[in-house]
Amino acid sequence: MAQEEVVVVVINRFNLFLCLCIFSLCAFFSHAGVLEQDRADVLYHRYDGGGMTIDGPAILLRKKVNESVAISAYYYVDTISSASVDVMSTASPYSEERHEGQLGLEYLYDKTTMFFNIGQSDEADYLAKSVNFSLSHDTFGDLTQLSLGVGFSDNDISRNGDEVFAEQSQQYRVRAGINQILTTNLSIAFNIESIADEGYLNNPYRTVRFIDNSIPAGVGYQSEVYPKTRNSFSTKLSASYYLPYRAALFFHYRYFTDSWQIDANDIELGYRHPLGKTLELDLKLRYYQQNQASFYSDLFPYQDAQNYLARDKELSDFNDITLGLGVTYLIPQHLSIKGWRSEASLQWDYITFNYKNFRDPTAQAAVGEEPLYGFSTHIIRAFFSVYF
Amino acid sequence: MIVVTFSRVLSIVFILGAFGLTGCAQPIEPWVKPYQRQFLADPIMRTNRHPIANKHIAHVFDARESARGADGTGGGGCGCN
Amino acid sequence: MKNIVSSKYNSSRKLTLVIAIVLFAISSQVRALNLGQLAPDFTLKNTQGKNLSLAEQRGQIMVLNFWASWCAPCRKEMPVLQTFHNKYKALGVTVWGINVEQENQAGQDFLADLNLSFPIFFDAHNKVSASYQVQAMPTTVIVGRSGHVRHVFRGYKDGYEKKYAQVIKALIRE
Repeated sequence: MAQEEVVVVVINRFNLFLCLCIFSLCAFFSHAGVLEQDRADVLYHRYDGGGMTIDGPAILLRKKVNESVAISAYYYVDTISSASVDVMSTASPYSEERHEGQLGLEYLYDKTTMFFNIGQSDEADYLAKSVNFSLSHDTFGDLTQLSLGVGFSDNDISRNGDEVFAEQSQQYRVRAGINQILTTNLSIAFNIESIADEGYLNNPYRTVRFIDNSIPAGVGYQSEVYPKTRNSFSTKLSASYYLPYRAALFFHYRYFTDSWQIDANDIELGYRHPLGKTLELDLKLRYYQQNQASFYSDLFPYQDAQNYLARDKELSDFNDITLGLGVTYLIPQHLSIKGWRSEASLQWDYITFNYKNFRDPTAQAAVGEEPLYGFSTHIIRAFFSVYF
Repeated sequence: MIVVTFSRVLSIVFILGAFGLTGCAQPIEPWVKPYQRQFLADPIMRTNRHPIANKHIAHVFDARESARGADGTGGGGCGCN
Repeated sequence: MKNIVSSKYNSSRKLTLVIAIVLFAISSQVRALNLGQLAPDFTLKNTQGKNLSLAEQRGQIMVLNFWASWCAPCRKEMPVLQTFHNKYKALGVTVWGINVEQENQAGQDFLADLNLSFPIFFDAHNKVSASYQVQAMPTTVIVGRSGHVRHVFRGYKDGYEKKYAQVIKALIRE
């Protein structure tokens, strides 16, 4: 089975390479595209919920070197204070920091833009390095935009307090998309992405629980055991619609499926309403639902009940609903720095998670009869953007 | 199976794309002219109007949900749980 | 199982390749305004409210620039066109800016910040843009003294004004 999948993946990559070649051969036609505007953004983010507080800054910079080349830089920090349900049931609260940086290069030739990006995410027990390349081409009177991308990540996993533990995993990504203008007011996009992971894919601290009547607690713990591979496939359909009184409506639907038997759907509706020349209001509603991984269980009947064991709530049957509100203040010319156009924004998201088969082990109840877990979180983003 | 379907969809995307790449699309003229793009070019119509905010919320979901991919913010891992 | 999967793969891959090559091979040029044809005549009202027609400008070399305020290269080109107009005005060259926005308030606001001395027209119904088969924003059409289309520039990049100058100089010498 694995061998067959490998054969298929290899042929798929060849197909992709072939398409990339045809793409680049055809990138000959007349008038050219334009690179996006230079900008700098500074953001503060804060997440509060489920016993966790995560906050930190982020910076994004974009600068054109000339008409064809642009560089970008991104830096992001997460400062985590965690006393989450996973942590509280098997460990003690902890504090951690994660730093992420990305550097990107964009090259525009005629109607084709090439993006190259490298990134690194660093925390005490996880080092992730990634590289991404994508190509996007405007065609058919600029009504259609085709894009293709590939990505690769290499991860080093260690365990705090364990000098000997050292694991690795890799991730391969292939994506394709088509953006199509349908009318003067409506454009749609269809994106697909295939992701393959291999290596150590679980969490070195997390455990699963099983019924153990030989001990007073009635429940025993063992390390989670995950498959060494995971293949997933996502397709997303999105649409943007311009309302005649000057407002925008956004929609997206995404379907996800993977080799761990997880199927997920998410649907999102967004609305952007400008007020005069100085304010923009954003409204968002999102619903996400997934079913469980085949090897997931909140409580296994006994030790080593299956080849693969997981109790990660991220792999359980759950849904979440997001409500988002945002306001952007378009800073008037006379208050601007050096005459550069700038904006200040504040966004708030409220997400409720409802788990259908993950129980709250910290609750005082008989094993396996604890209430189903659920939590909600408030997320704030405050940021300032300058266009120059 | 997933990968076979992916490749089929990719082939369809490229067949459609190949139509556009060539002048052979001329049986069908682009029906929205470049000078009719006023509404679509309006900054409020951009899904990526605030890229730094989109990256953050995409990361929040990525770390808490199993679904990943096709969200337009590229890829890259972290040990987030 | 392995063979079935591989053969499905191979056939869909071959199909993609064949179709892409066939289409690429029989591709033709996108329909465009032909060089040497008579420039389509039009009458539009300028910002002062005066009606001007292209045909009445015979004898002048006309530089028609189709622009919109939502188009970044168009905005960049405006001051460049003003300089160009000042430089070649005395040599019988006239620059006309034709705004293509269906709702032109943003266009008018943009103009208010500049001080342009060449005429700007509003083609809100896009009849002129359609007759000139505008395929890119901006588009600059250079019309000779006899009223024939001599050159079409699609888009704008730094240095295009030098190309306009080259065409103008050749037309002046005729």
